[in-house]
Amino acid sequence: MSTSLNERVPIDATLFAGSLDSPRLRGSRCGACGETTFPAQRGCPACTAQGCEEVALSERGTLYTWTIQRFPPPVPYAGETEAFVPYAVGYVELPEGVRVEARLTENDPNRLAIGMEMQLAIEAFAVDAAGREVVTFAFAPVCRS
Amino acid sequence: MDLAILGTGLQPFGRHEGVTPIEMGVTAAQAALEDAGLGWGDIQLAFSGSLEVLQPDTMIRHMGLTGIPFTTLYNGCATGGNLLLSAANAITAGAGDIAIAIGMDKHPRGAFSVGDTLESIGLGQWYGETGLAMNPQYFAMKTLRYMHDHGIREETLHRTAVKAFHNGSLTDHAWRRKAIPYDEIAASAMVCDPLRKYHFCSPSEGAAAVVLSRADVARRYTSSPVRLRADVFRTRLYGSFETLSPSMPVKTAASPSVQASQAAFEMAGVGPEDIDVAQLQDTEVGHEIMHLAECGFCKDGEQEALVRDGETALDGRIPVNTDGGLLANGEPIGASGLRQVHEVCLQLRGRAGRHQVPGKPKTGFTHVYGFPGVSCVTLLSV
Repeated sequence: MSTSLNERVPIDATLFAGSLDSPRLRGSRCGACGETTFPAQRGCPACTAQGCEEVALSERGTLYTWTIQRFPPPVPYAGETEAFVPYAVGYVELPEGVRVEARLTENDPNRLAIGMEMQLAIEAFAVDAAGREVVTFAFAPVCRS
Repeated sequence: MDLAILGTGLQPFGRHEGVTPIEMGVTAAQAALEDAGLGWGDIQLAFSGSLEVLQPDTMIRHMGLTGIPFTTLYNGCATGGNLLLSAANAITAGAGDIAIAIGMDKHPRGAFSVGDTLESIGLGQWYGETGLAMNPQYFAMKTLRYMHDHGIREETLHRTAVKAFHNGSLTDHAWRRKAIPYDEIAASAMVCDPLRKYHFCSPSEGAAAVVLSRADVARRYTSSPVRLRADVFRTRLYGSFETLSPSMPVKTAASPSVQASQAAFEMAGVGPEDIDVAQLQDTEVGHEIMHLAECGFCKDGEQEALVRDGETALDGRIPVNTDGGLLANGEPIGASGLRQVHEVCLQLRGRAGRHQVPGKPKTGFTHVYGFPGVSCVTLLSV
């Protein structure tokens, strides 16, 4: 059995509610207070209730803040560190009232701005021992024509 | 119960090739005992803390096995503050009259790592593997948003670093004792936008110790005790913007630094306007700037004028990080909070030498803050 060169594996399948072709992030919502958390968890960090329900989070939001990781992170970073390419990280504010931290697909500081519209994306950031692309969730600036 | 600091000691922070953290802890403890006019045999309670040393209390092999209760705790960047608080609480509870708090650490060079596994900090391994488990990212992102919301300019970041290294250049116990010109700081490599190389502190090595007692026994040992007016520890509320958070709510809450500061001022019956010298957690310059407001020394956005006009300098209205802070001393995590207490005691006792704040400061403030959203504040006075 051989693996396809372009086979993609998620870094952690429990982060996703949908398939990688139509991904959604898997969060949780507290039935008692309505607060939303990512990743999904049982206990509510806001009101102490237990038994939060899983929800698929919105795919669009706005950029709350961002930075650029300009040096290779230490262990356990799984991405390329020899020929390191800086990547951006940000918090994207979703309509559910939660800001999700994520890699951003754009690493040019001149093309990132607080308040800009962002769309959920899948980003390949590493290659595993079997040669498969390892992907994670990311947000991409929404292009306006 | 009124409490007083009898003495403080330091293994100056920096790099100490071939010296173990336990040896550094012993050096700091002996210096604090000498300053207090006591011997190890007088100590009734001890507290020690470290990130790198599993059992810092094993240091007593070098101090003397006297059978006293010796407690070890670790609480991130707030460890030093928690050690002093635990000593204060134990004395107040009647467990003894004289206690010592000792923090020590010896970190490898380079940025702090979360370690091979994120299980020990309650996060999924994916968070580290995808490159999100990096404290500098958090410092940068909170700073960028704060600059955006409150009109803080990059110049203010650079000026804060200039002040830190200037103060370090006047401090015998500082690690970085060379002033760095504004242009060199402004041109230093970007690490995590908007923060540059000289905006950050580095992990380092060192130890600090503080001897604390009931105020009514302090005069038996020293002619210059420093009163511990308040000592408060707080953790994050839901809605506080904290490091290593895969998500946070839009709903916001006051940071643990705000909570701890307000409670400390209330406990001591004084306000920020009464503080003559302050040490604020400056893991990087953005957080010194934000902590000025979080701890009550100005309103959001006023830092622009405060820093530009030199009000946080040694001869300013509210001198901040008078020994160069974390920027000039680095951060041995277990010891950092007690270094702040050591520095404020030097200032209040008029023993700070070339970096002495003028005008005989009477009341001082220390503040530590760190992962996962913990803060300790102390108020000290003579």
